[in-house]
Amino acid sequence: MSVPQSASPDAIVVRDLTRKFGSFVAVDHLSFTVRTGEIFGFLGSNGAGKTTTIRMLCGLLKPTSGAATVGGRDVGRDPEGVKARIGYMSQKFSLYELLTVDQNIRLYAELYGVPPKRFAERRRFVLAMAGLEGREKALPRDLPGGFRQRLALGCAILHEPPILFLDEPTGGVDPISRRQFWRLIDQLSKSGVTVLVTTHHLDEAEYCHRLALIHAGRLAALGTTRELKQIFADRQLVEIRTERSVDVMRALDAMEEVEESSLFGTAVHAVLRSRDVEPSEIVARLAAQHLAVESVEPVQPSLEDVFLDVVEKAGRE
Amino acid sequence: MRRLFFMIWKELLELRQDKRMLPIVFVAPILQLLVLGYAATTDVKNVPIVVVDADRSSGSRDLIRTFDASPYFTVTSVVSSVNEIAPYLESGRAWMALAIPVRYGQMIGAGAPTTVQVVADGTDANSTNIALGYATNLVAAYAQDLMTKRSPGRSLPAGLQADVRVWFNPQLESKDFMIPGVLALLLIVMTVVLASMGIVREKEMGTLEQLNVTPLRRWQLIVGKLLPYGLIGIVDIFLVVGVARFWFRVPLLGSFGLLFLLSLVFLLSTLGLGLFVSTISQNQQQAMMTAVFFFMTPMIYLSGFVFPIENMPAVIRPVTYLIPLRYYLVIVRGIFLKGVGMAVLWPQALALLAWGLTILGLATLRSSKRAA
Ligand SMILES: Nc1ncnc2c1ncn2[C@@H]1O[C@H](COP(=O)(O)OP(=O)(O)OP(=O)(O)O)[C@@H](O)[C@H]1O
Ligand SMILES: [Mg+2]
Repeated sequence: MSVPQSASPDAIVVRDLTRKFGSFVAVDHLSFTVRTGEIFGFLGSNGAGKTTTIRMLCGLLKPTSGAATVGGRDVGRDPEGVKARIGYMSQKFSLYELLTVDQNIRLYAELYGVPPKRFAERRRFVLAMAGLEGREKALPRDLPGGFRQRLALGCAILHEPPILFLDEPTGGVDPISRRQFWRLIDQLSKSGVTVLVTTHHLDEAEYCHRLALIHAGRLAALGTTRELKQIFADRQLVEIRTERSVDVMRALDAMEEVEESSLFGTAVHAVLRSRDVEPSEIVARLAAQHLAVESVEPVQPSLEDVFLDVVEKAGRE
Repeated sequence: MRRLFFMIWKELLELRQDKRMLPIVFVAPILQLLVLGYAATTDVKNVPIVVVDADRSSGSRDLIRTFDASPYFTVTSVVSSVNEIAPYLESGRAWMALAIPVRYGQMIGAGAPTTVQVVADGTDANSTNIALGYATNLVAAYAQDLMTKRSPGRSLPAGLQADVRVWFNPQLESKDFMIPGVLALLLIVMTVVLASMGIVREKEMGTLEQLNVTPLRRWQLIVGKLLPYGLIGIVDIFLVVGVARFWFRVPLLGSFGLLFLLSLVFLLSTLGLGLFVSTISQNQQQAMMTAVFFFMTPMIYLSGFVFPIENMPAVIRPVTYLIPLRYYLVIVRGIFLKGVGMAVLWPQALALLAWGLTILGLATLRSSKRAA
């Protein structure tokens, strides 16, 4: 039995997507799929290639090689078809600063071709979502960041797109507004909208159903938060509290059993090569070098540990 | 169409909201007009002249050679009747006509008093004044020369005189020449600067990226920018022509309708240029720099606004044909001061139109919705 393409559970399919700027490879053979209704997080440090990938998926940038379909449309061959199915909120909130809230909504509704009959309802929806009822005449620059951000999101989904791309939507926004924003994303996802969102706030990853870790244009890891933490399954992660973290790290790196160490807040996290190594042994060896430690304890890996581990591995390759 | 309408609506709202815009658009032109209206003196060299040689004697040919050999004049054509000089002066191919009457050679030979006529185009009053001075002096010196050759040692009053007439702008009013040029200058400055900010501003704000994911087409984007800025250009046309006509009392001899129409064609090329600059720049400063230093300054210098094209080195002169302002200057000065119409100005009009369409085409191509 053949499945018609529109019924495909995958909203976004990416195969070997590559983009070069001159000889510099910004996105390097990226492959992944995003299921319909999923919140898919794109994690990576600055310059990892997140924006470049999103722009290709929105039909704004031509891939150098590889392919991707968004809503069943090929981004290389049918960028306009892709655009008709997506909403996109770029890294800068793209509102017209000299136009009022209402004028911004009106303009984007017209540009996206929202039918005049639907307009009043969509306008109400966006105003309610952004919490801007009664402030229709305000200029975006006079609004706090959180409101601007939600208004920008509202303008990007006026035409009710089934797939939504958000590029660092929470940049420069306070934590409470961030939480509010993620609640909106969650509602959209529950109503069936597929969301691909980039961030470098690791704490926001918990809102995503699945995550892709991008490093230097490559896919370094992919999965749910739990799956990602499995990379420590046959190793041990310990947290060492000490006053002399830098010296401790140097000593740790010289030890055979220690794969890597990194600063984690005020503590040091060390990855031990196997589960058999006794943490107390490490303490003893540090003490032998006159390095006092307050405590050494096994800890559950956080996403940051995963991220650092992945980046470290990628760097070694 | 609805999308285009709302793009224009948006653009006009932004213009109205932008507090800096109003003075730039409407006050700056008046100020510039006042300053430039009273400015500029020009040095004159290689003035193109047309000679009416009704005599065709060795004497007349000698006088023509004297003019041609002088650094101030270049003889572009020799015709045989005074009736033939009008087209030369109207089109600007000659600024001055030297008319040598029949039996000139005979009279000179006999030492009888003789007059040659000098007819000058007074449109560019400054240059013409200077050139007329040169012509009068040249004729006087030539006459003196003849006399001393014939009877050495005796200094007689010269028997040869130049009878000077000025056509067009007979009062040789410098402002009458300058002000129509200022219209051209203002239009190019205002509209190129405005339009060059147009797309690049949206690039900077990030809204261009947003527009690019909407079904808005690129011609709609371009036209949505062109029309509002064109409207400002049109307001400026009325403003400047009004001030020129009623404040400075510059005579408008030709048709205002034609002036307006050809000004629109000129706007097409300046707006097109601005948008083109906008598409090749990454931010507003860069756009401003590119527009001012790479395009406008050379254009203004090479257009004949500052230095007469006739005085430019021969290698530079062909470059001036690439400059839309050059054609528009001929058009505004022609319509204002000579009252000429399409019959004379069609080559300029055509050149402007071609220029405008080409640059707009390039801008549209460059503004592609998708980076390659
Ligand atoms: N148009 C371009 N020309 C040249 N290089 C580019 C271009 N766009 C992006 N790059 C480069 O590609 C790399 C990836 O950039 P990209 O913007 O995709 O990263 P990012 O993951 O979004 O980073 P950030 O978190 O800072 O937004 C960077 O090194 C960037 O300098
Ligand atoms: Mg980015």
